[in-house]
Amino acid sequence: MNNLHRLTIHEAHGLLRDKKISSVELTRAVLKNLEAVDSKVRACLRITADTALANAAAADKAIAGGSADPLTGIPLILKDNMCTRGITTTCGSKMLENFVPPYDAHVVEKLKAVNPVLLAKANMDEFAMGSSTENSAFFTTHNPWNLDCVPGGSSGGSAASVAADETIYALGSDTGGSIRQPAGFCGVVGLKPTYGRVSRFGLVAFASSLDQIGPLTKDVTDCAIVLNAIAGHDKRDSTTVPLEVPDYTKELKSGIKGLRVGVPHEYLVEGMQPGVQQAFEAAIIQLEKLGAKVDRNVSLPNTKYGLAAYYILAPSEASANLARYDGVKYGYSYRDTTNMWESMEKTRQFGFGAEVKRRIMLGTYALSAGYYDAYYLKAQKVRTLIRQDFDSAFESYDVLVTPTSPTVAFKIGEKADDPVQMYLSDVCTLPINIAGVPGISIPAGFVDGLPVGLQFIGRHFSEETLLRTAYAYEQATPWHAMKPALT
Amino acid sequence: MKLTDEEIRHIALLARLGISDAEVEKFREQLSIILENMDILQQADTGGLAPTAQSVALENIYRPDETAPSLAAEDVLANAPAREDNSFKVNAVLE
Repeated sequence: MNNLHRLTIHEAHGLLRDKKISSVELTRAVLKNLEAVDSKVRACLRITADTALANAAAADKAIAGGSADPLTGIPLILKDNMCTRGITTTCGSKMLENFVPPYDAHVVEKLKAVNPVLLAKANMDEFAMGSSTENSAFFTTHNPWNLDCVPGGSSGGSAASVAADETIYALGSDTGGSIRQPAGFCGVVGLKPTYGRVSRFGLVAFASSLDQIGPLTKDVTDCAIVLNAIAGHDKRDSTTVPLEVPDYTKELKSGIKGLRVGVPHEYLVEGMQPGVQQAFEAAIIQLEKLGAKVDRNVSLPNTKYGLAAYYILAPSEASANLARYDGVKYGYSYRDTTNMWESMEKTRQFGFGAEVKRRIMLGTYALSAGYYDAYYLKAQKVRTLIRQDFDSAFESYDVLVTPTSPTVAFKIGEKADDPVQMYLSDVCTLPINIAGVPGISIPAGFVDGLPVGLQFIGRHFSEETLLRTAYAYEQATPWHAMKPALT
Repeated sequence: MKLTDEEIRHIALLARLGISDAEVEKFREQLSIILENMDILQQADTGGLAPTAQSVALENIYRPDETAPSLAAEDVLANAPAREDNSFKVNAVLE
């Protein structure tokens, strides 16, 4: 069988279950494509080919024994901030270049129970801080649709690997848009679940009140399948909510007739690319054709504070979380001194890259004596305002729809020296993390050969509605089936 | 909000972040611009509002106090930059 690397999860699962292909065969085909295109895309920090083939053989045994879960024997790539026992987890940082975790993240444990196939660990912005993958301490990932452009970030390696068919699916993490923005830039599906839906145990912490793990997939059905596997309560993450996990694939085909969809006009920001605006307008018309009742004049009046609140809250939490990198227990350690403080300061000076240091400085400042009330406490109160905006919108609407980003993927190097411009590329995704609600980005057209992302936002724990909406739109449009010309 | 070199060095010390002279200058410029962009927050009317620490309203999570195996000492020490027996080794704290 040809082109096995192009399969979705649900297609590959059907073939595995019916014994038309083996997992070893599938894994070899995907690895072959990965090795052929990754020299151009550079999505992977570490390719675990031996692990993958051993995993595939184990999966084939499980399938022969009659146990074929939808993810059994299906190859995946993990963002390199999820701990994998015995496999280096760098978080895109020199600080953790040689860190080999002694345990698996909760999501990795959950997946291992159904015999997955781990192909690689994906490149990312250092400590998930960035919107382009240019902040990786190792190298920059390239957008498969145009190698001169960024794939987005921070889950840029995960998104690019799915778009380039280097894997069947990937996991990423999203603190302010780090799954949805690269999914939009690379033309794949990316979901940030509700805060508390997926355990963060074993995810290297960035901003703990905002971080969430989620799937990057080739279509919406796959997204639902992966969410089924990773969602649920975990006693090791007290912020996971003990709510039942529904079968997220069940309601996919129920349609969106009568669904109340709102367009918050504040998200059509100044500086939005005209092509993105046009694709967005066409998407709204498509939703109406599918029977949704669209209101184009919804207001979330506190959206304008989102960016500023985020860049206080996330760096503040990061400055506390990253205090643990002191060169004592693991990670890079500067020892060319007999002084303990000098050792600690130089460890952090040489171990962290520029953006991480910038955010540690910003967060430390916002939390420091004399500035706490004006910055951190104020931002926490603004967070209440932003949450209230969403609460009141969801009294009248089932789903909100926005572009995922104001522009398509930008050129590598274009914003690298301008942190404020870089931060603006997440302006449509940050408020969703601040409110803790779920958001999904799906492909919605192209501008100059680069994908446009469409974002649906729902109430807390309404992933079923989001996925059903995304599925209806996907099935009515050709975008998800289009592939970059890499080979 | 214009920051001074002295403030930048003070923040770096609080964060235990070694910092070069070139970084002092760069961060002074960049953080000043970023903080200017934060000024918009002062326009938000938050009078009487409680702060939100996280978005899902869970409080006081308890679990049974059950014993369970911890990670093996050897596994934990495997990543140690320097060790002595079953301890992490650091430079002298008191001199």
